[in-house]
Amino acid sequence: MIADLGFFGLLTAFLLALYGCAAALYGHWQRSPRWVASARAATLLTFPLLTLSALSLVYSLIDLDFQIEYVASVTSRSMPLYLRATALWGGQAGSLLFWSWLMSAFAAAVMLRDWRRDRDFQPWVILVCLATLAFFLAMVLFFENPFVRLWQGITGTVWTALWQPGGALPYIPRDGNGLNPLLRHPGMIIHPPMLYLGFVSFVIPFAFAIAALVTGRSDDRWIRVTRRWTLVAWLFLSLGLLLGSRWAYDVLGWGGYWGWDPVEIAAFMPWLTGTAFLHSVMIQEKRGLFKHWNLLLVILTYDLVIFGTFLTRSGVLSSVHAFAQSAIGPLFFLFISVTLAVSLALLSRRWQALKSDVEMTSLLSREALFLLNNFLFVSILVICFLGVIFPLASEILTGQQITVGPIYYESATRPLWAALLLLMGVAPLSAWRASTARTLGRAIWKPLLGSVLVAAIMLLNGIRQPGALLGLWLCAYVVLVTSYEFWRGAQARQAKGENFALALWRLVARNRRRYGGYIIHVGVVLIAIGIIGIEFFQQETQGRLAIGEQLQASDYAIEYVSLAEFQSADGRLVDRAVVNVYRDGVFVRELYPRQDFYMESQQPMTIPGLHSTWETDVYVLLVSWEPITGGSATFKMYVNPLVSWVWLGGFVFIVGTLVAAWPNREMQAVELQARSRARGLPLKAR
Amino acid sequence: MKRLALLIALLVLSGAGATPAAAQEGGPTPSPDEVNAIAKNLYCPVCANVPLDVCGTAACAQWRQQIADLLAAGYSQQQVYDYFVQQYGPSVLAAPPPGGFNWLIYLLPPAIVLLGGFLVWRSLTAWKRKPRLKAKLCNTKFAKKIEDELKARRS
Repeated sequence: MIADLGFFGLLTAFLLALYGCAAALYGHWQRSPRWVASARAATLLTFPLLTLSALSLVYSLIDLDFQIEYVASVTSRSMPLYLRATALWGGQAGSLLFWSWLMSAFAAAVMLRDWRRDRDFQPWVILVCLATLAFFLAMVLFFENPFVRLWQGITGTVWTALWQPGGALPYIPRDGNGLNPLLRHPGMIIHPPMLYLGFVSFVIPFAFAIAALVTGRSDDRWIRVTRRWTLVAWLFLSLGLLLGSRWAYDVLGWGGYWGWDPVEIAAFMPWLTGTAFLHSVMIQEKRGLFKHWNLLLVILTYDLVIFGTFLTRSGVLSSVHAFAQSAIGPLFFLFISVTLAVSLALLSRRWQALKSDVEMTSLLSREALFLLNNFLFVSILVICFLGVIFPLASEILTGQQITVGPIYYESATRPLWAALLLLMGVAPLSAWRASTARTLGRAIWKPLLGSVLVAAIMLLNGIRQPGALLGLWLCAYVVLVTSYEFWRGAQARQAKGENFALALWRLVARNRRRYGGYIIHVGVVLIAIGIIGIEFFQQETQGRLAIGEQLQASDYAIEYVSLAEFQSADGRLVDRAVVNVYRDGVFVRELYPRQDFYMESQQPMTIPGLHSTWETDVYVLLVSWEPITGGSATFKMYVNPLVSWVWLGGFVFIVGTLVAAWPNREMQAVELQARSRARGLPLKAR
Repeated sequence: MKRLALLIALLVLSGAGATPAAAQEGGPTPSPDEVNAIAKNLYCPVCANVPLDVCGTAACAQWRQQIADLLAAGYSQQQVYDYFVQQYGPSVLAAPPPGGFNWLIYLLPPAIVLLGGFLVWRSLTAWKRKPRLKAKLCNTKFAKKIEDELKARRS
């Protein structure tokens, strides 16, 4: 019954999405606001219908309705309630339904905005949102239906069907297969929704961009309308990537947080184009330049979002993330090709109209440096894209299977990241339009001198590796430039009689976008410090220890104390070691590295014991042990310097994004005035 | 699971039969760190994208043992890699071996970055060389009239 309700919601939403597309097109063609309003209503309705569908599935998951094939494949009796509920995105069919539900939520939210100034955009925004939604719903309905049930024939054969086939009886397994052990982690509960939110919300700027292209509006209205949507999308994508990294660090037992896995890269690629876009839209807003480029970036971001979902969901690339494999790959590929071709065709049609009369006057101007920033982001994207598709291309074209591992990505992108850090320290000091070497030099020399001093101190403190020294010098330089910018701005306000703290607060509050951006830069620098720490100074060692023996790495040592084996309530066979951590011979704390063996899926998981400080993480893995007695065990120990700075940087990064995205009172007043003008109402006295 | 079982069977067989004769002569036992330094750059075909040094499966543990055997037999790091490539194909390596089609992955990124850099440079310099908008406006009658009026006001 519940499954039928869910299927009904799904099917009706799909039909409404198709109807909405047709009504929006017809409404535009006939210039009929009624048809467009009907398409809008259809868009709004998809949300409650898909909510009903998603809730039906969640109910079935919690209720352990094992007759539903999806429920049997991702839950089991031993799973706690919260994991049963979050199993909604634990498998292929459920996660596609979840994607669709989020898409309908965003499409409905965008329909609720005030459209009076953008009536011409509305049918096209509806069309793009609903076409994307219809595609995903078609995948769910026809290929990965989460409401399909298990049936058993007289001969004992079990098959799947939505409704009871003739002569068959419902088949209810005693227990389900349970959720993939990799997904049973708090980070994994939040990581996929954040990533999907980021993916889905990028559809909105794309929809407005297409609307601008179709209607031929060459101004920057579409950018102004979608600025906050883009920042929100970027925020969620960044959060998704950060949480995914933390999950990898805590669960995968690699000793690190980023493995350059193809599916990690699939989520990273739209983030790269999204970041480039966020920088380059400022040039269009301020100077009216890069109209083509901004449209191209948003088109690329949209298709990379679909590509990312395709990689994760189709199983085309085998990786720890590509849990599910199905026949939806070719359809995804077709959808990406069609949307890309149509978008590029529209862009080329409007190419002339989008040409800018404004000129770039200085190679050192902020717009020129932003262009360089975009070039670097897109270069990293190209390297990542090549790395992801090269194994596929090799297999298809030469029949040879190859691996493109972290070594490729790290060595190819390292100089580009360094150049981006340098730009982060130069661009904020350059002026729009006219900036010369002399004016820039005058602004730069103080922070530059300060950063050289910091680098000298680091050198004297024994940091000798050129790469690490260069990276840390760049980090110091960016921090000093950013602090200098805050200090300069606050000082200017202090002239009005404000104290420094108030001046700083008001400085940020009055220009949230700019100073939010600077806070993001500080977050990036903190992340960079963490990455430099682990990349250049990580130490690892492995050894077999008898009870009481020690293993040393850097100035830390671990001592094997004991090992216990027990069965957990959720069906794991746990082997947990107790080790003491010492620093320079002084006891620090106990750690409990363990191996969990999931009986249902016959899958082992290595969970590290972690001692974390701002300076260093001690990361201990239990590799193997002597059965029964536990008299000896093999441990792998990593000493990861500065890795906590990655998480701190991530936090600062998110705070900066929130500051930048927070509605600006002055901007709201401008919008209000514009609306009042549009309605023909008198403006309120300020 | 079938693939995993097959791989384990292959590994056991290869471990028994394919390890070089030199291994049987005995030598200094390599430390786990020496084994991991090599395993870090190897991938087994089943546990895609998980380096051999951190993979927890039984099959990967067998591979690590095989590396230890080879090192004990006097193999150098490069010889160990060559041995694994010969046995299991180039996909075991962390990066494609340079040569043939694989050159593309090494040459394309720098080529594309250089080409992109050149295009950015050309766009920037072309923009800068463009005749100034101000100069264009001054040629129009209307702009000239405004300029004249402004001059008249100033005087």
